[in-house]
Amino acid sequence: MAAIPVLAVEPEVQSTRTFRHVLSVIVRDPLSLASTIVIILFILIAIFANQVAPSPAEGAGKTNISQKMLTPSITHPLGTDRLGRDMLSRVIFGARPALIIPIGVVFFAILIGAPLGAIAGYKGGWLDEVIMRITDMFLAFPSLLLAMAITASLGRGMQNAAIALVISWWPWYTRLVRGVTISLRERYFIEAAQATGVRDSIIILRHILPNTITPIIVQATVDLGTVILAMGGLGFLGLGTQPPSPDWGLMVSEGRDFVLNQWWISTFAGLAIFIVVLAFNLLGDTLRDIFDPRQYR
Amino acid sequence: MLHKLEFILRRLLTSLLVLIGVSIITFLLARVVPTDPAELYIGPKARADQIALVREQLGLNKPLPIQYLIYMRDLLHGNLGISIGTKRPVLQEIKDRAPATIELLFTGMLLAVLIGIPLGVLSARWQGKPLDIVVRSVSIVGVSMPAFYLGLMFQILFFRNLHWLPLTGDVSSDLRFTNPLQMVTHFVLLDALLTHNWVALKDAAWHLVLPAITLAAYPIGLIARMTRAAMLEVLEQDYIRTARAYGIKDVIITYLYALKNAISPTLTVVGLTIALSLTGAFFVEAIFNWPGLGEFTVRALLNIDYPAIMGITLFGATAYVIINLVVDVLQAWIDPRISLK
Repeated sequence: MAAIPVLAVEPEVQSTRTFRHVLSVIVRDPLSLASTIVIILFILIAIFANQVAPSPAEGAGKTNISQKMLTPSITHPLGTDRLGRDMLSRVIFGARPALIIPIGVVFFAILIGAPLGAIAGYKGGWLDEVIMRITDMFLAFPSLLLAMAITASLGRGMQNAAIALVISWWPWYTRLVRGVTISLRERYFIEAAQATGVRDSIIILRHILPNTITPIIVQATVDLGTVILAMGGLGFLGLGTQPPSPDWGLMVSEGRDFVLNQWWISTFAGLAIFIVVLAFNLLGDTLRDIFDPRQYR
Repeated sequence: MLHKLEFILRRLLTSLLVLIGVSIITFLLARVVPTDPAELYIGPKARADQIALVREQLGLNKPLPIQYLIYMRDLLHGNLGISIGTKRPVLQEIKDRAPATIELLFTGMLLAVLIGIPLGVLSARWQGKPLDIVVRSVSIVGVSMPAFYLGLMFQILFFRNLHWLPLTGDVSSDLRFTNPLQMVTHFVLLDALLTHNWVALKDAAWHLVLPAITLAAYPIGLIARMTRAAMLEVLEQDYIRTARAYGIKDVIITYLYALKNAISPTLTVVGLTIALSLTGAFFVEAIFNWPGLGEFTVRALLNIDYPAIMGITLFGATAYVIINLVVDVLQAWIDPRISLK
């Protein structure tokens, strides 16, 4: 009996060790460190948008027609848009939906996808078949196309775009977590829990799901970049955030008609998307190199 | 041989099941529209009796499963409904616009494969060297850049600043007066070639450059990354080490022995990127006013033209399922280990 608790805590010991390991790798690799700093910086900007933006009111949507389409200058470092709003403030306020919504989308996709994957992988049999066939159906659509169609059906807007992205993204986590669960099922600490008569629901909650967190975090980091791109795309098409709310994708689209002369309107908003996505992709690459989730597939 | 056939048959069957699932999801999609579809059909000023009539005509007053069966019956007869926006059959709209999109998609994917795979292979061969660092940087930039943004930046650089390439469209607007193009296949490049219309061919090719590169950027990055990863994995294996020990030339090992086994995961990625690029093409078409499916799709999405949305979604998913099927069959053909699993 004494041996079982020891076996059960084994993965947890491993996870605190790997956390320190991850930190040390990130600090030593200049690109990963820079990406992490960029991400933290953008999150801080999003939180303190009111304090950082030169003109919070314009950032949120207030127009100032007399100042329209000004070239970048000292008073307006990124110029102004066709309604005279300071672009720097717009881009700063755009960081809010650009980061918060994708984080929410990935979070809820995990919340739906991961337990289903754990149940499918742990239980096997018909339940596994049913869950995975439903997953296959959703994965048969190109994710962004499905999200576009769902958003249009539910009605344009940021919230519906977010719901649509969750519906298109959860199956990826179901597939990932199922793979991890199948490889965990054979491990001693799970067998030990089964042998002592622990209920299946408790095994899944206490022993399986906590051990799927590492591959989920790696996947989520890469996915955040993709979801930010998708959200930008929906905004660009006019399906996501509606004007006058600030949104990077929408800003690129608003500047599109003037791109040859008033190039700054689209350029800086698009640049913001690119930088954030690049940061998440670089960080995701490093995390993947450390953990290599392929080993579970 | 037998297990290969069995594998292909099984794969065909699952694809069919998945397609049925796809049709169910697409069907439900239109039924969650908060506005009454009948009202969408007639317009905002519809009277109650008109709505009732259209509901009857569209079969909207029948139970949901019956509605689905009617939808499936129409679907099998090639009837995707009438677009609310253009009042024409959705299938006809797709047929008319697909060639331009396919031409763009094909060129983009060709570029992606021809650039992405060699970049990935070279990057793996020179792992850690400057070339590898350059390729990795290029590919990560490729997968981080929104296509609609890259397209705009290209327009600023190559049209406004350098005057090298045309801004939008698939041919110059004066072409139909100077060298009118005879339509044979409805693929502009191919038609120009078949009718020996060299002026049109050059013009069309010139117009295709920016959209195709914009579309290819993401796939180039993705394919280069995946090829590199696959090559690195293969290069670590024992048979490569054995070949090295025998003193076989590095070039032969990389391009003959290693690439052969790395090609299978690369194929998967190529299939995946074709599907991704179909959606990507809609954005590229929006930027470059390309006369393909993109413009029709975007308008349908914004106006809740739900028969059109359903049609396009179904078209995209079907294309995706077929591409995946083809990739799997190709892989089973190349790599006997897959069909044995």
